[in-house]
Amino acid sequence: MRIGIDVGGTNTDAVLMDGTNVLAWHKTPTTPDVTSGITAALQAVLAETGVSPDSIATVMIGTTHFTNAIVERRRLTPVAAVRLGLPATKVLPPMVDWPDDLRQAIGNHAYLAHGGHEFDGREISALDEQELRGIAVDIRGKGIRSVAISSVFSPVNPHIEERAAEVLRSEISDLSATLSHEIGRIGLLERENAAIMNACLRDLAVNIVASFEKSLTDLSIRAPFYLSQNDGTLMNAEFAEKYPVLTFASGPTNSMRGAAFLSGVKEAMVVDIGGTTSDVGMLIHGFPREASVAVEVGGVRTNFRMPDVYSFGLGGGSLVRSDNGHLRIGPDSVGYELTTKALVFGGGTLTTTDVAVAGGLAEIGNAAAVRSLDHQLVRNAMALIQEKVEVAIDRMKTSAEPSPVIIVGGGSILISQPVRGASEMIKPPHFAVANAIGAAIAQVGGETDRIFSLEKMSREEALAQAREEATQKAISAGADPATIQIMDVEEVPLTYLPSNATRIRIKAVGDLAMG
Amino acid sequence: MRLIHPENLEYLAVGAAVLGTGGGGDPYIGKLMAIQAIRQYGPVKLIGVDELDDDALVVPSAMMGAPTVMVEKLPSGEEIIQAFESLQDYLGRKIDATVSIEAGGLNSTTPFSVAARMGIPLVDADGMGRAFPEIQMVTCTLHGISATPMSLADEKGNAALINTINNRWTERLARSITVDMGATAMIALYTMSGKQVKEAMVPGTLSLAETIGRAISEARAKHHDPIAAVRKLTNGFEVFRGKIADVQRRTVAGFARGEAAFQGTGEYEGSRMTLQFQNEHLVAIQDGKIVVSVPDLITVLDAETGEPITTEGLRYGFRVVVIGMPCTPKWRTPEALALVGPRYFGYDIDYVPVEERYGQASRPQ
Repeated sequence: MRIGIDVGGTNTDAVLMDGTNVLAWHKTPTTPDVTSGITAALQAVLAETGVSPDSIATVMIGTTHFTNAIVERRRLTPVAAVRLGLPATKVLPPMVDWPDDLRQAIGNHAYLAHGGHEFDGREISALDEQELRGIAVDIRGKGIRSVAISSVFSPVNPHIEERAAEVLRSEISDLSATLSHEIGRIGLLERENAAIMNACLRDLAVNIVASFEKSLTDLSIRAPFYLSQNDGTLMNAEFAEKYPVLTFASGPTNSMRGAAFLSGVKEAMVVDIGGTTSDVGMLIHGFPREASVAVEVGGVRTNFRMPDVYSFGLGGGSLVRSDNGHLRIGPDSVGYELTTKALVFGGGTLTTTDVAVAGGLAEIGNAAAVRSLDHQLVRNAMALIQEKVEVAIDRMKTSAEPSPVIIVGGGSILISQPVRGASEMIKPPHFAVANAIGAAIAQVGGETDRIFSLEKMSREEALAQAREEATQKAISAGADPATIQIMDVEEVPLTYLPSNATRIRIKAVGDLAMG
Repeated sequence: MRLIHPENLEYLAVGAAVLGTGGGGDPYIGKLMAIQAIRQYGPVKLIGVDELDDDALVVPSAMMGAPTVMVEKLPSGEEIIQAFESLQDYLGRKIDATVSIEAGGLNSTTPFSVAARMGIPLVDADGMGRAFPEIQMVTCTLHGISATPMSLADEKGNAALINTINNRWTERLARSITVDMGATAMIALYTMSGKQVKEAMVPGTLSLAETIGRAISEARAKHHDPIAAVRKLTNGFEVFRGKIADVQRRTVAGFARGEAAFQGTGEYEGSRMTLQFQNEHLVAIQDGKIVVSVPDLITVLDAETGEPITTEGLRYGFRVVVIGMPCTPKWRTPEALALVGPRYFGYDIDYVPVEERYGQASRPQ
């Protein structure tokens, strides 16, 4: 049996599963310290089923702790950002485009040193150990114990970052080092930003992992626990302490993975309709398609793997208005005040939920309150809701082929008719806790995303090397080697570069190795 | 003359992407560099072409190289001055002002970094009025102005100075040196007198880019149509409105070539459009007929926000508007068309100005 937990902005959801059966689920408000809400949710599902803590094999947790810390600028560790690439890159030093308050919150310690590579693997300049030792002494003197190391073109050649980490570690005991090539892709500033953000979550990560452990032992649960990553796979406690930044988008990812599981469909569009906004994503092999552009977190540009989710202003609480005969729905919404402000709940605001009840799509609240609504208005509003969802789905699809559409979320009552472009419409059971289920069913994975020069090796050799790297990463994350499958292979020949450079991205996924 | 501050650059980068006709590189790094330079060295003086002395020495500045490398191996900042100073030393004369060679894309902002650091004014003009893939494709070539002497500098401190027999040779040799430098270099080229700038260059493009960016932003804030705002400022036309149906890309000789197909919506329902590009959009084909071509500008805008979408950013399902904008008259002479017209890019058709097809009356049947 396993327990999946998802900490969201409003609610913390927990689900107890036995194999593929959902035995119990519970929703409780997310608490400011986060951990209390998790404990409450855990207690509830155990109490509801009377299941013994000993029969829990694993616990999976998707959390917003780390995103919150960045967004709120709280509980952050001071970081030394070390960038290797002199004489290049001086014109834009580390954190140059960061919001001031975030930069100050982590101390704004930036160091530039020699190193880095050209696009074809030549060194820009040699690593200078004297220089690095000098930097180490300075860092040590400031009492900093967390370092982010970023070298130019490290996704092509990670050795400089690894060697620099060795030198710094030899001078500073207890140093925690984040190497940029382990976090992000080509795009120096974005990758460096991701590495620095990871480094500043170091102490919080150790803290959170310890408090999760305590939550479990307090309830006599001796099972190991895992944290959800942005791509829907899991990481063990040790990995989570090293790479907290990989948890940022686990919420939407778990929702989509849960939707895939509940519907039994692996290639589909997923629409998660909430109170104020809806998120649309695309499932490929049961995982969300990843965003290909820079993603901003807390005001900082990053490029590590995040799900590609399109959000738009339609939810169960969206306002329905008529401006001079022109019908408007949202983006504003009554949000969590639905149960006091909507017409069906005795309020005075016309919302999409009222329209759905008037149109016979749902039985919520007092239907009599909306009986006098103009029939044409209701029909037009329902059609406009439908159209908004259709446009959003179409925007996220990659071809004109009809595809299954899975609808989850509390606001899913708004969709009545089959959606244009959908080969089938699926509203699975337990749709309200799809996210916790997504956490519970997750597998363990490893991804490699590097540039290979096909002048030094053949395409087959490069692919084989990439596959091996991804597999090894999955195993060190806790995957059972016998279950590992290559999920995704992406090859992008790089334009403009004459050395026959190609970027290969491979994801390997396997079941958690038990015992 | 007016002073340019960081806020102006935000708008300028957006407008430059509109004029970039799908290409021109990612403006983010160039914009950041220019903002940093202004913060450190003070605002840049942007002057109109009429404010130039006829005998002033003006040298355009730009970045050359692979966009993938430019976002990774950022400049040191020294090469910016080095390219300029090595050319200045060679000419034996102080350079009075700089100017943009290509206002579409990344090289709209690069000259601001140079102007700020060198403490010289920037002339409000460029050599294309848009973006084009090759160095010789500037209006200066039509006036017999040589691209060389040209200097290239890299972050390591290397500086190269070349003199070539014609501007096409400049493209070949400069490209080769740039790759050896690590696929990115700062360049200074097309040395001109103030008089030549007035005669040969396209005036006002940098201000136009800023105005376009500002107009898009203001239109959205007021819930007006940002696309109408762009059309008005550029004397452009709506050529198509629809949904991206397919995008194909491949690399040919180091350039990103490809095509994007659109399905018409609204009054264009039932019609199909294809844009073919080589970094920048070359032709717009509607239901099998070429309706707009280079040297006129073809740009794709997001139908809702009016934001320009580069060829890299085109994806299935996006609702877009294709607009055609007239190029500067300098590109319409027979000589100019031999340099940048459809036939140079392999399309055996006569160039028809976009305002002739879309001007008064109806769209093509």
